[in-house]
Amino acid sequence: MPASLLRELNSLLGPSNVLHKIEDLVLYEYDGSVEKARPDLVVFPHTTEDVSRILKLATKYNVPIVGRGSGTGLSGGALARGGGTMIVFARMNRILELDLENARAVVQPGVVNLDITRAVEHAGLYFAPDPSSQKSCTIGGNVAENAGGPHTLAYGVTVNHVTALELVLPDGEIVRVGSKHGDTPGYDLCGLFVGSEGTLALVTEITVKLTRKAEAVKTLLAIFDAVDDASNTVAEITARGITPAACEMVDGWTLCAIEDYIHAGFPRDSAAILLVEVEGLREAVEAQAAAVEDVCRTHHAREVRIARDDRERDLLWKGRKNAFGALGRLAPSNYVLDGVIPRSKLPQALQQIQSIGKKYGFSIGNIFHAGDGNLHPIVLYDPRDPQQFENAIAASREIIRYCVELGGALTGEHGVGMEKNELMPLLFSDADFDLMRRVHDAFNPDSSLNPGKIFPLSKGCGEIRVRKQAETLPAHV
Amino acid sequence: MTATANLATRLESVLGAHRVVAAEPELREYAIDGMVPGAIVRPASAQEAAEVARFAITEKLAIVASGSRSKLDLGMPPARYDLALDMTGLHEIAHFDPGDLTLSVDAGMPLRQLARMLAEKGQFLPLAVPCCETSTVAGALASGIDSTLRKQYGTPRDFLIGAEFVDGKGALCKSGGRVVKNVTGYDLHKLLIGSLGTLALITRLNFRTFTLPQAHGGQVACFSNLEGASAYRDAIEKSGLPLANLETLSPEMVAQTAAVLRETSAEFAGRLDPAKWCVYASFEGNEAVVPRIARDLQKLANEAAAAGSEILDAASDAHLGGILREAFDWLRWASPAVALFRIALPQSNPGDLANLLRVAQDSSLRAALLVRAAGIVHFTLFVESENESALHALENAAARVFSLAGAGHGHATLLHAPSKLKSRVNVWGPNRADLGMMRHVKHSFDPRNIFAPGRFVGGI
Ligand SMILES: Cc1cc2nc3c(=O)[nH]c(=O)nc-3n(C[C@H](O)[C@H](O)[C@H](O)COP(=O)(O)OP(=O)(O)OC[C@H]3O[C@@H](n4cnc5c(N)ncnc54)[C@H](O)[C@@H]3O)c2cc1C
Repeated sequence: MPASLLRELNSLLGPSNVLHKIEDLVLYEYDGSVEKARPDLVVFPHTTEDVSRILKLATKYNVPIVGRGSGTGLSGGALARGGGTMIVFARMNRILELDLENARAVVQPGVVNLDITRAVEHAGLYFAPDPSSQKSCTIGGNVAENAGGPHTLAYGVTVNHVTALELVLPDGEIVRVGSKHGDTPGYDLCGLFVGSEGTLALVTEITVKLTRKAEAVKTLLAIFDAVDDASNTVAEITARGITPAACEMVDGWTLCAIEDYIHAGFPRDSAAILLVEVEGLREAVEAQAAAVEDVCRTHHAREVRIARDDRERDLLWKGRKNAFGALGRLAPSNYVLDGVIPRSKLPQALQQIQSIGKKYGFSIGNIFHAGDGNLHPIVLYDPRDPQQFENAIAASREIIRYCVELGGALTGEHGVGMEKNELMPLLFSDADFDLMRRVHDAFNPDSSLNPGKIFPLSKGCGEIRVRKQAETLPAHV
Repeated sequence: MTATANLATRLESVLGAHRVVAAEPELREYAIDGMVPGAIVRPASAQEAAEVARFAITEKLAIVASGSRSKLDLGMPPARYDLALDMTGLHEIAHFDPGDLTLSVDAGMPLRQLARMLAEKGQFLPLAVPCCETSTVAGALASGIDSTLRKQYGTPRDFLIGAEFVDGKGALCKSGGRVVKNVTGYDLHKLLIGSLGTLALITRLNFRTFTLPQAHGGQVACFSNLEGASAYRDAIEKSGLPLANLETLSPEMVAQTAAVLRETSAEFAGRLDPAKWCVYASFEGNEAVVPRIARDLQKLANEAAAAGSEILDAASDAHLGGILREAFDWLRWASPAVALFRIALPQSNPGDLANLLRVAQDSSLRAALLVRAAGIVHFTLFVESENESALHALENAAARVFSLAGAGHGHATLLHAPSKLKSRVNVWGPNRADLGMMRHVKHSFDPRNIFAPGRFVGGI
């Protein structure tokens, strides 16, 4: 890293917005994934113009750039795989405009997901995409990953709630796509940039739709003595066309861990639970709750409880959303996978995950967005044991391959990043890569932005600027 | 041999004679704003479509793909038009998993036929678009035309989950998949929505499907002026009642709608008052939800001092809803020449709408206003002939509509206009700052510019 780049960044942003000492940089070599890679510099812009100038400097010095929100990503998206400068958006965290009349908010990328809802809930509105990490992840990270969450089953993922973006291209040009309304003549560029994992442009401003809170809500907890019964219930809820707002599944093993930690009232002796929420008009909610209960009973639910008040409801959700933290207490490390399958295939997928776990000698927990077919098997392992780490990776690849065999995909919400880029050929042909690469190169021709992500290294974009030593090192060794 | 016959012969040698047509009368059926293609090709598979694309690259030809040709008047006429690619030969269901509510269907599948097949399993695709008797699924998607179910189910961006297509290098490509949640790779399929055939030849589309509602109903409420109708609409929006559709009709629009309605039900048509502004609301749900919404709407209409309001039973709701779904189709033929604008506004406040009507008044043009759901306005100007003074009036009006829309942080496009007007007015309105990025996208998909050149925004 050239010393003059550091000097120029210091004078551009002020030294308090530039990190360059190893002891500071190590904090940024992880995200939520099992990978690690250290940036050479970390900078904190405050404005779009800052971002543009940083990118111009990066072009001048030919250093790679990677954007970062809160670093909760689970696919290594925010890691500086090619070294270079990391732009952390934490200080661009202002809500710029609330247009409650038209149900829109204009925000900077560093705004924390839940803070949008907090700012508008007094008006009966909220921001619908609710990743379980919503207390800490940023809207910029959500946009880059097209994040989902429990309630995206009914309300859609991030892209369904974004109407306009301000972007900075790798050469520093500032552009806007979409509109407040959402409709603009021409190609749906917003639809392309959301979910592009920071590989096409950096996002500096986001216009999101706000959703009106439903009139009524019911949260059901269905308790099962067999995992198969729970997964058959989900398949039938889907097939009957009941669309709950959320339909989450937690297996018995994971439940015990959560109970020890959160005391949400989950039964310790069950094989699986479903957390199902129905929302809408009172009349619709009554009917849907009854229909869900009926399906649960048909599939031998031992018990179906309905949260009596907001306190009970919040407790159940707290249990769900803090589950990963709870599991952290059981093993030195856990590897959260993310695969997606047709919902009709849920029972067989869960069986296969268990047998893959057995084969590699792991306990694999399951806590996931069942209603979307979005699996999150969690492999608990000890990273100090290199064999265990290897096995965890091998088991995860086998599970993802199986998802693809069932007609599914590599990732439902965590993104490809540097975790699954080498698995991409399971789904895509050379012609597909060729087109994706042309689109990539149209915006990021030198791969200076977030290099080494999404594309398999052999089918990457021009010259792949990845430092060998940064590749797939387990984070905890 | 003529150039056309020559082209057809060379194509036949690639695809076989039964796939190629070069007879004059048929060619004219594929005309776009008076431009006639050199030949028609009817591929029967994605591979054949790819062969046509490769042929076009070698021969430097321009291809315009079409389905049922119900909306070829959208967009600008192509800069070049050598081959009309008729995609109706690709019409199979590739995959339907009713238990997962997912569907994969060939481009040329007629929407009607698809709807029947899905209905057998109690499901549907919320693409309620005009010309739905004939439209193909890919045509509806690529046209970008609004669905009247948009308020409840969103745009195809919200339910298209994957696509297969031939890119401008003649390669078969795909993006997305067949699962309802997926972030694997770039969402290139979203770019195909409303792209008017300028990026790729769509061969197959994957969707999530939805369950047919148990019941539905509607309401028509009348007001003596625009302000009354707008205030009522605001009250409905604030109430949070979930509606499938919500439309406001100006008196002229009511008259036109009643005229169409009269063809099938004089009695129903007689109940629409062409001197009033009408708000039509449609709603769906279970047997308890539908009467609840009806009750609440009647109460709101009373509070808003409606001049009259009526609940429609399911049959009447389907009837009126169907006619409004088709509005684009019949409005464009409702007088000898028509300019139909689609205006997207963040908020359709009465001031903006009154300004639009003023544009018509100032030019002494007859105008109909249809304020659709989700901030979309259809504004139609009618003239009695395509003579110079009429064209001049429309041209001036168009400039004002484009600038009014821009001033309201929205934008306008001309969905339909006389061909002669299109040589004076760009139907896409003024270029936007993101045009350069659009060009990048076009060039990535179609580097040789073989797909529908000139039809799209900014001459793409
Ligand atoms: C406990 C836990 C639970 C989770 N639950 C969910 C869940 O339910 N659903 C879900 O979808 N995800 C979930 N995640 C994953 C993660 O929280 C999401 O992917 C989130 O969107 C990442 O946001 P972030 O701010 O942490 O982004 P980061 O991790 O910092 O970055 C993620 C990606 O975004 C890019 N990026 C960040 N900011 C910008 C910007 N301004 N412009 C361009 N690119 C940018 C980065 O380069 C990187 O590629 C969970 C993670 C954890 C740890």
